[in-house]
Amino acid sequence: MAVDAVLVWTVIAILAVGTFLIRFSFLGLIGDRPLPPIVVRLLRFTPVAVLPALVAPQVLWPNATNGQTDPVRLLAALTTLAVGMMTRKVLPAIVAGSAVLIIGLQLSAVG
Amino acid sequence: MFVVVPFGLLFGVVAMDAGLTLTQTMGMTMLVIAGAAQFTALQMMVDNAGLWLIIAAALAVNLRMAMYSAALVPHLGKAPLWQRALIAYMNFDQTYAVASIAYEQNSEWPVERKVTFFFGVATPIVPTWIAATLVGALIGKSIPTDLGIDFILPITFIALVGPMLRTVPQMIAASVSVAVGLILSGLPSGMGLLIAAACAMAAGAAAEIWQEKRSATWQ
Repeated sequence: MAVDAVLVWTVIAILAVGTFLIRFSFLGLIGDRPLPPIVVRLLRFTPVAVLPALVAPQVLWPNATNGQTDPVRLLAALTTLAVGMMTRKVLPAIVAGSAVLIIGLQLSAVG
Repeated sequence: MFVVVPFGLLFGVVAMDAGLTLTQTMGMTMLVIAGAAQFTALQMMVDNAGLWLIIAAALAVNLRMAMYSAALVPHLGKAPLWQRALIAYMNFDQTYAVASIAYEQNSEWPVERKVTFFFGVATPIVPTWIAATLVGALIGKSIPTDLGIDFILPITFIALVGPMLRTVPQMIAASVSVAVGLILSGLPSGMGLLIAAACAMAAGAAAEIWQEKRSATWQ
């Protein structure tokens, strides 16, 4: 699959500048003014608010199966979540989820 | 710090699989240096989302770093501008976590020492991240595609979120995010994501406020 080169470079450029400005914001431009407490509270939730919505449709309706729910991918996703929540570590979750995915896909290809 | 090795490898593999060139993959990893946002941008490009939706979603993932930036001001705010700019470029999860703990424990350090400490933490991490991405991108081509590599990206996101679900408000935020994201998945790619994220942040913050009020009354 080819991604349009102009789009990719535009994304990279804007993302690089935008990310830098976010990181530089208070340190460089805004100075020693405290953030309003409600803003701090909302900011803390950004990763858990954005990533699940990004991933949920892919888990239920994967591109690779043309949108058909795939038991193997679903099981791999649930395993990843369970291991991540139990161990509180990212890497064991990735390893466990990938293992279920790869083994499951091999088995279903055979069976 | 060693989390950047597998993460960089994975980004290299997934980016090449998504159709980026080697130059694009490396350019992104060096200029953006923000793993979760890079993965987000990739996923949205694969989904054929429009430019501004890709940018909005990836930057939303990075918004937490505004918090890091604010938290470093009391310690580094008096450093020269060029040093603060360089620190900002390298101010991501791992460096922030290590530096902020050290600054809390050693708040008497003069600002020069704090700056040196930050550079000391960041200097090995940044080249490691870049090198790991390069290795991933180079070996990625030789990984067979029928292994389900399309789904490594979703697994990575879930693995990032799982350990963050430590409190009830965080679980509420994640659940709202999933529910609204699924309901609105028919909207143009990325649109539903942003609405879901806004709802989820509001729900999480509201739940947290409610929880604090309740524990205040009980005491």
